Amino acid sequence: MRKLSICMCLQSALLFSACSGSDSGPRNSGVYMLMDTSGTYTNELDKAQQIISYTLSRLAPADTFAVARIDTGSFSEKDIVAKVTFDDRPSTTNQQKRQFRDQIQQFVAGVEPAPYTDITGGLLQAIEYLNERDPGRKTILIFSDLKEDLEAGYVRDIPLELNGYDVVALNVTKLRTDNVDPREYLGRLEEWQNRVESGGGSWRVINDLDRLEAILAN
Amino acid sequence: MSLVDLFMVVPNPFLSALIWIVLLVIVMYTARIPAHKAILSLSRVIYKALRLAATAVRSAEARLAARNKEVLLAAGREATERIIEREFDRIDDTVRSDLSGYPALHRKLSEEITSLEQDHTKSMDVPPSPPGWIEAVEAVAKIKASGDNMVGNILGDIHKSLVKAHEDAMEEYREATKERHTLLKNMMPPWRRVKQALGSVDKNVNSILIRSKTIDRHMDEYEEIIKGSDRAVAKLSSSSLVQFFVSAFVLAVAVGGAAINFSLIARPMAEMVGGTSFIGNFRVADVAALVIIMVEVSMGLFLMESLRITRLFPVIGSLKDQLRVRMIWITFTILLILASIEAGLAYMRELLLHDELATSALLRGETEVVENQFLWITTAAQMGMGFILPFALVFVAIPLETFVHSMRTVLGLILEGILRGVAFLIRLVGNLFRYFGQFLLYTYDLLIFAPLWIERQIGHRSGKDGHGTVRRRGDLGEAKS
Repeated sequence: MRKLSICMCLQSALLFSACSGSDSGPRNSGVYMLMDTSGTYTNELDKAQQIISYTLSRLAPADTFAVARIDTGSFSEKDIVAKVTFDDRPSTTNQQKRQFRDQIQQFVAGVEPAPYTDITGGLLQAIEYLNERDPGRKTILIFSDLKEDLEAGYVRDIPLELNGYDVVALNVTKLRTDNVDPREYLGRLEEWQNRVESGGGSWRVINDLDRLEAILAN
Repeated sequence: MSLVDLFMVVPNPFLSALIWIVLLVIVMYTARIPAHKAILSLSRVIYKALRLAATAVRSAEARLAARNKEVLLAAGREATERIIEREFDRIDDTVRSDLSGYPALHRKLSEEITSLEQDHTKSMDVPPSPPGWIEAVEAVAKIKASGDNMVGNILGDIHKSLVKAHEDAMEEYREATKERHTLLKNMMPPWRRVKQALGSVDKNVNSILIRSKTIDRHMDEYEEIIKGSDRAVAKLSSSSLVQFFVSAFVLAVAVGGAAINFSLIARPMAEMVGGTSFIGNFRVADVAALVIIMVEVSMGLFLMESLRITRLFPVIGSLKDQLRVRMIWITFTILLILASIEAGLAYMRELLLHDELATSALLRGETEVVENQFLWITTAAQMGMGFILPFALVFVAIPLETFVHSMRTVLGLILEGILRGVAFLIRLVGNLFRYFGQFLLYTYDLLIFAPLWIERQIGHRSGKDGHGTVRRRGDLGEAKS
């Protein structure tokens, strides 16, 4: 009888240890969002908050999420406003999501417009961050009008290594000059698409914020 | 030299073809007997090989049928033995509980009957009759006084004495009658008690008689099974099929219950083992929830085995009673703990759902979360289900045992049917080859009908059969085979 009980306990223990010990590669997602804070685009940050909230609601335990600002020199860890890798327990994940949202609210409330727009630097930072975290699926969200405006001396003519990345441009607003000559707007979009796709990534543009469900779609 | 050149014996293709056909017919006619023998032997070889195979399959089918019958009878014998054993246990219980008090009952009845007899004897005592001299005095009192005062006085006294004696006697008689009636009245309760006691004995004896009739019926069935009669086999087979389908249905219901149980604990299990690890394509939390349910089912099996309700593990059934009782308590305790864990997990699930809803609402920008005042009902229901389902799953052991036992019979019957079908197919193919050989013979003869016709004509004229005799002999031999 005693032997039987010990055998039963051992079997159960082995099963549980086998369950908790094994892992079959990363299945999580990593999302890095770049927020343009240059010039008048800061007025659009309310929409960015909406997108961040939606993204938070879609992310699951063990996923990684970071939000960084695009300013004069964006290739810096200092530009990361908030970052988190969610715990694998659902209850802790929910708490982390709330804290993340609060951090973003505080940032948006006190944001100062930047004089220049370094999108490439932000992308390089995003690639570095996500490569370090190494999630199963990598997504970079660019909340910007995609008009890069670099300060003198900044070198950003660097090829992007975006193999396995899904790059989504959000809320790409039309500038006044775009209205005069729409080719500028289309040319901007085409240029970024070429840069991303030549780097091995996939490119999408979502301007209609009513269909946010497409952001993290495969 | 090409084939066409070889074919063109003469420049005219039609003539060449004709020459070839004539040559072929001559060759076929010449080689008719060996060709017939070759075709016949080939078809016979195939036919006999297939017949042999069919016989082997039929033999295997017969062996399987015998084994199935054996298994069925063994299962039936075991089941009937269990039923008879249980009936005897019940009789034993009845005898122990009811008839163990029989000596006391007997003593009580004897006492009651003795008391009744005594009362009855007492009630039989008649009141004392007036003394005999009274009649004499009465006769004296009737004598006329004839004027003598002294005689008159004496007679008056005698009359008075007589009247008084009569009144006394009547009073005594009334008292005695009253006492008799009282005794008879007092006899009623003992009579009722005796009647009740005898009624109880009658009920118990009748119960035993009814059970003995049931045992007789089961014993008849048992004897039929021991004899291995066709009636018993047919009855057991039909019963086994019914049991198979019924137990399969109950198991399907149990699987549904297990699925509900799984959905109750899978989500909160992520809090314990993490929600991001995978084994293959399955989340570890899901696997852990499944393991808990499987452990519960296993504990249920062990509990049922220890209670000797099922007999899937003879080792457990044959344990000493003390060990068995310990095992019952251990398995029950584990089940109770697991059921409590499940109830806790079900509660946790509700909390997690709330937390998720609140977070989603916050992320959507909603400031207030509407509280559902009836939420406690669903929470309590989930906890209740989480606690009860593990105990409900314990009873899966009963249909599982029936399913396993009846499946042996059902699988045996299916396999028997398949073997019968295969044997039939092999025999069919064998016969097809046999008649195909004959068909080839007739086709062969059809191709060389011209020389055969000539031969027959010559044979008619000379009165000999020639090759035709050989053919018929061959056919005859084939037919005999």
